[in-house]
Amino acid sequence: MEQIELVTPKTLQVTKPLTMVSGSILPKYELVFETYGKLNDDGSNAILICHALSGNHHAAGIYESENTKGWWHEHIGSGKSIDTNIFFVVCSNNLGGCHGSTGPASINPSTGKIYGSDFPIVTCKDWVASQNTLREHLQIDCWAGIVGGSMGGMQVLQWSIDYPDKIKNAIVIAAAAKLSAQNIAFNEVARRAIMEDADFHDGRFLEYNTIPKKGLALARMLGHLTYLSDDMMGEKFGRELRTEKLNYNYEVEFQVESYLRYQGEKFATKLNFDANTYLLMTKALDYFDPAAEFNNDLETTLAKTTANFLVISFTTDWRFSPERSQEIVKALLDNNANVSYAEITSQHGHDAFLLKNDHYEAVFSSYMNRISTQLQTGRK
Amino acid sequence: MSKASLEFKIITKWVSKNAKVLDLGCGDGRLLKHLNHKLAVTGYGMEIDPEKTVKAIKSGINVLQSNLDRNDIQRYFAKNSFEFIIMTQALQVVRRPDLLLEQMLITGKESIITFPNFAHWRNRVQLFFGGKMPQNEALPYNWYDTPNIHLCTFKDFEELCKNNNIEIVARSVINKQNKTTLCMKIAPNLFGEVALYRIKKY
Repeated sequence: MEQIELVTPKTLQVTKPLTMVSGSILPKYELVFETYGKLNDDGSNAILICHALSGNHHAAGIYESENTKGWWHEHIGSGKSIDTNIFFVVCSNNLGGCHGSTGPASINPSTGKIYGSDFPIVTCKDWVASQNTLREHLQIDCWAGIVGGSMGGMQVLQWSIDYPDKIKNAIVIAAAAKLSAQNIAFNEVARRAIMEDADFHDGRFLEYNTIPKKGLALARMLGHLTYLSDDMMGEKFGRELRTEKLNYNYEVEFQVESYLRYQGEKFATKLNFDANTYLLMTKALDYFDPAAEFNNDLETTLAKTTANFLVISFTTDWRFSPERSQEIVKALLDNNANVSYAEITSQHGHDAFLLKNDHYEAVFSSYMNRISTQLQTGRK
Repeated sequence: MSKASLEFKIITKWVSKNAKVLDLGCGDGRLLKHLNHKLAVTGYGMEIDPEKTVKAIKSGINVLQSNLDRNDIQRYFAKNSFEFIIMTQALQVVRRPDLLLEQMLITGKESIITFPNFAHWRNRVQLFFGGKMPQNEALPYNWYDTPNIHLCTFKDFEELCKNNNIEIVARSVINKQNKTTLCMKIAPNLFGEVALYRIKKY
């Protein structure tokens, strides 16, 4: 039987104010995080995991109280791609999140009330700055690697730009250097769904003891759609009906409708995802464009980056397609960076980065092996 | 000494120290690793096969999983990005070897190409007396499942070079036994099994 590590989340209280990209200042904040494995004597074996939009700090292991495995337990653990016998793995909940780190549902110290819509807009750069404070707290001089998929991959890229001497290896999975108009458009529809829910109350819904459940579920349904591929949906649902015949009404008739409604419902109620966090995360995605600071030139943006890169994309991912990953690869090549690129054949669309796949695992673990070899030889 | 190692030896002699190298169809990355070890070259490998890409990652080289028939060289690299672009035993599997050669000579200052000689006497004998497509150690596939869609002879290749203004800087012909025999020197197109060409634009 598979051995899964028991984990307990920890909280870092940060009292040093954070000046955010938007100009707002967060006087103090908390970051909740988990660690797996042990930090070695010279602190050289630390891997940071950056989570995606709806993810959190519970990336691996299992809690004593409940039976929920971490969202990336397929890849993190004893003998897995990110082997916790070798690496010290850290994952924190992003600032503005709703799983323990300071976010819109936290109390605003200056008013004593829930932040709600007053929580400042967070950007990818702010996340990375807060994660860097966590790095200092954990006394990690330099990450052996930073790994992330989707929005997590964007944070990895940002790390390599903002703190080039604090990251030796960057693994960027199913990401992009910025969002396309289509990506932003999908996010905007999701936000409209939430903000136009009568229970949203301009973001102050918690004070009204309610949540914009319908809007959030709708936003999730839309988001979820963009994670799947046409092929996969065709194979999984096709035109299969819930009952034996068509009813010619507006009730749920096709299995795919039922599935999407379930996903939306689960997200809004069972997982209790905060609607303001959803808005924040999608905004942070929209604003992500590190090259904007460098004359829109990604090559110059990555000029100071010294990390070795592994970039991974998935064939049926249309949210962040292989071409988007290749743009990152190209900019790295223009800088003569050490970069490898793999394109994984998968029918699972964007979601593939979270799922099991032999080729994906082989690429991933081979690269992690390289990092562990670097640790042993003590050279880059 | 294996066949691969003689090929490697000749290539190693041709490539300069600290050169920036692109290896097309790099397989498990063995050649780049060898060149890095011997000559401290830097650079990248390109490989279409997923499993070989994994092996190349394992070997420690920089590898880009890519498709040479999809213009991936152009996608990633500007003119004169490399001192050498090497392609061992892959020319015959691409869709348009002539266009690829041109791309290679734009992207790199020099190219090194190796490929099997279709006009080797054993192939000629099989086709002439057997009346069937040659099948042997160098060409192990059936005519219907072979990835080798553009087999050519040394003569064919040299003619293409001449027509496309490509200078042959050096040529080396070897056989399975890793030797260059007298016969191969006199009639390379009949006795040579594998040729290595070092080429550049005139």
